[in-house]
Amino acid sequence: MLPNRPITPSTLSIKDLLWQVLWNKDKCTLCGQCTAVCPVNAIEPGVFQKRLIEPALNITEKPGNVYKVYYGIRQKTDPAYACIGCGMCSLVCPNDAILPSKNEENDKLRLHIDRGGQPRKRGGRRNVKDGILDQIKFIRISMLTDPALDAGRHEFELRTLLGRVLSPEKHLALLKENGWAPPVREIYPLMIGGMSFGALSPNMWEGLQMGVAYLNEELGMPVRICTGEGGCPPRLLRSRFLKYVILQIASGYFGWDEIIHAIPHMKEDPCAIEIKYGQGAKPGDGGLLMWYKVNKLIAAIRGVPPGISLPSPPTHQTQYSIEESVAKMILSMSMAWGFRVPVYPKISGSSTSLAVLNNITRNPYAAGLAIDGEDGGTGAAFNISMNHMGHPIASNIRDCYLNLVALGKQNEVPLFAGGGVGKNGNLAANAAALIMLGASGVQMGKYIMQAAAGCLGSESDRCNICNIGNCPKGITSQDPRLYRRLDPEDVAQRVVDVYLSFDTELKKIVAPLGRSTSLPIGMSDALGIADHHAAERLRIQYVV
Amino acid sequence: MCRLFAITSDTPLSPMTAMEALDVMREGHDGSGVGILLRDLGGPFEEMKDAPILSGIFSESGIKRLDTFMMGIGFMTKYKISIKLPKTAPRGTPRRDVYLIRAYEYPEEWEGLTQASLQDRLMNIRLKLREMGEEKEDMIVFSFWPDVIMLKEIGDPMTVGRYLSLDRKELQARIIMAQGRQNTNYAINLYACHPFFIQGYSTMTNGENTAFIPNKEYLMSRGFPGYSGFQSDSEVFTHILHYLYNSLELGIEAYKHVITPLQGDALEKHPDAALLRVLKHSCRRLIIDGPNCVIGCLPDKKLFMVQDRKKLRPGVVGGRPGMYGFSSEICGLDAVIPDRDKSKDFQPMHLDTAIVGPDRQEVSICCQTDPLPLPR
Ligand code: SF4
Ligand code: SF4
Repeated sequence: MLPNRPITPSTLSIKDLLWQVLWNKDKCTLCGQCTAVCPVNAIEPGVFQKRLIEPALNITEKPGNVYKVYYGIRQKTDPAYACIGCGMCSLVCPNDAILPSKNEENDKLRLHIDRGGQPRKRGGRRNVKDGILDQIKFIRISMLTDPALDAGRHEFELRTLLGRVLSPEKHLALLKENGWAPPVREIYPLMIGGMSFGALSPNMWEGLQMGVAYLNEELGMPVRICTGEGGCPPRLLRSRFLKYVILQIASGYFGWDEIIHAIPHMKEDPCAIEIKYGQGAKPGDGGLLMWYKVNKLIAAIRGVPPGISLPSPPTHQTQYSIEESVAKMILSMSMAWGFRVPVYPKISGSSTSLAVLNNITRNPYAAGLAIDGEDGGTGAAFNISMNHMGHPIASNIRDCYLNLVALGKQNEVPLFAGGGVGKNGNLAANAAALIMLGASGVQMGKYIMQAAAGCLGSESDRCNICNIGNCPKGITSQDPRLYRRLDPEDVAQRVVDVYLSFDTELKKIVAPLGRSTSLPIGMSDALGIADHHAAERLRIQYVV
Repeated sequence: MCRLFAITSDTPLSPMTAMEALDVMREGHDGSGVGILLRDLGGPFEEMKDAPILSGIFSESGIKRLDTFMMGIGFMTKYKISIKLPKTAPRGTPRRDVYLIRAYEYPEEWEGLTQASLQDRLMNIRLKLREMGEEKEDMIVFSFWPDVIMLKEIGDPMTVGRYLSLDRKELQARIIMAQGRQNTNYAINLYACHPFFIQGYSTMTNGENTAFIPNKEYLMSRGFPGYSGFQSDSEVFTHILHYLYNSLELGIEAYKHVITPLQGDALEKHPDAALLRVLKHSCRRLIIDGPNCVIGCLPDKKLFMVQDRKKLRPGVVGGRPGMYGFSSEICGLDAVIPDRDKSKDFQPMHLDTAIVGPDRQEVSICCQTDPLPLPR
């Protein structure tokens, strides 16, 4: 710091930042790649002064001084340019001369990133490492009382249903009189949750779609992907691949002009329609696409002018009461596709989920309920919403499932769980735990971004700049200079890898439990946890 | 793993026939208990096919409470078998006061009841007695149904059979189902012993059903009082069978389509694919996950055997016209019907349901890929 520089309350030192850039002068060749790649301009070429003291070795000589100048990398301390720890500088450095390192103490930065009275907004995740899902163990192992199954060689039916399933009595009666029964899809229990075209870059979107198409058409795995709120590219709407896609409609109705107009030209029905009422990352808040990312293409697909921020309202404008508006919305959507497509709401996990569920159970057209827990991720949200709002998914899904059991409708209304599934890398274990707690299937988002596209986010506030369109991996950017870093073919390949390995891991869980004939939805006797209160709350076994 | 034996025969047999079969298969059970169901009775019960028979175990005070209760609702004893017990019980078998087999006369007000409401009432009385018994631990009630006797006790099947002198001539039946128990649950609750029985449907099973909790939760939420108990993960097989007939009005050919539905192409190619898809989806919570061999008996006196989808438990059906046996091991069948054509023995595979009708003329095989007979 220069001696004459004024100190303001927000004057920070490098020590006050969350991430500190360690730079090694000896290794650096001053190639400039790091400063070029840094997505937030946290580092810049710096000129440093160095003083060499030359002491005299004998009394006759005079001690001396040499001042020298050298060039290197300087980390900025202005909060607007604080390092986000993405590590792109390390990635590009040919000499391993630079590395971000996380501050051990709480940074002061967090107290100063509200300049102009604007609280912090970001993308990414909640940044809380632990979660109850990782603590759940599968304890009911068949061994001698019954043979365990061979995960590699046995046949497994790992499918789930999306759609309103009628009671057997009712459905058999309908069959006799050729009556209308709600559409039901048999799908793979792990789906890719709603991430919009706009939030994601075109290359990322294309990669995911190609991966899903390959899984379906070449490997026979009925994997489904949800569009999120942002419409759907017209070509996809008119292609046969639409059947693998769940179209999401949310409070901004972005892209629905295009979708409605495409209906007469659709070769296939979409898999389902998801009506988003809430999401786990920012419950009670609408979607947000910040202006940085609204380029011409995105604007055209969404039917808005380019270059403006697109905050969706927190609630659907037509909403008057749940009984009325949810029912109407479900009916209108069903009607648009001639009652051939399942329509279900998605809400954020909340202590009011049960009320929503009870309403859904009384609505014969509701195809299920998706619940997104507090650990859900997002492309953009207020920090406060992400960190502090919402309900953990495990107990929410369990309560809802047990409520359905009490009503006798556990098979009729499928529940889908999302929010933090695999957030510490344990995708199959988390998914299986949720299924055994009562979910019919799970939705993932951040995991597939990390695993299929190399997203840098972790549960430690790393990167998280998905909102401003500077994604250093090109995943959540609309800038071609950035997203060309991501090859859609590579993403597709990784999606396939992820699903195949997930499938094997899921079998490695269900096989020792002796389950192969059907997905073990609600098989809570298989679960245990070493936390007494959690065990009681989830009604699973307490094991120590 | 428990051992199972069932037999259907034109001429009434002594229950000891089944005990002999279990004895031959003794390597597979630990003598921790035996359960037996007799129906299509011979002997004195032949004359009273419609009279409901109560079977159970009672203490002296339990009997008194039973009498007061039954009298209160207008049931009069019509006939009973008194079992005289030797002074000492076999090792491991608890000393009981009374093993009760008693046929009743219906109360007069029951005349003119529809079959369905009569059956519901009989079941509700059994459930009520069970509840009363559990409260004071003085009664255990196995069945209350016309032409059906059920007994369960802790101990080795042969020893218990002799102890209860099951070879007496009043106890004769054309259909016998028996299970020798392998105790995997430690504390032995007689309600957890097979066979299970509800309104004329009965099954017994070996192996463990890992889908028990979802099965049980679904059955319990059907709002039918008889779907209760669930001391054993195999009780669901009986209840699912009952549900199939009672609520879905489908027959035994559809049983496997509920508990182990066809998958993928096999389902799509089935001539009744539309119906089967409905069953597979809407009865998803009733899909079992074995390994299990299920032997069951229907109100119309058909006996059947099915396997779960994995088919990891053995099971064989064989015999000759007039007498067919169902056994978890071939040696059990050999012991009871040695003079059969063994080449005609049938071991059901994962798609098969083996059925012997009340005429006892042949084993008919229903394969899951066959067209279904039209719904009843
Ligand atoms: S870690 Fe990322 S944000 Fe930090 S200096 Fe390196 S490139 Fe820039
Ligand atoms: S790598 Fe891209 S998607 Fe991942 S956290 Fe950073 S900005 Fe967001």
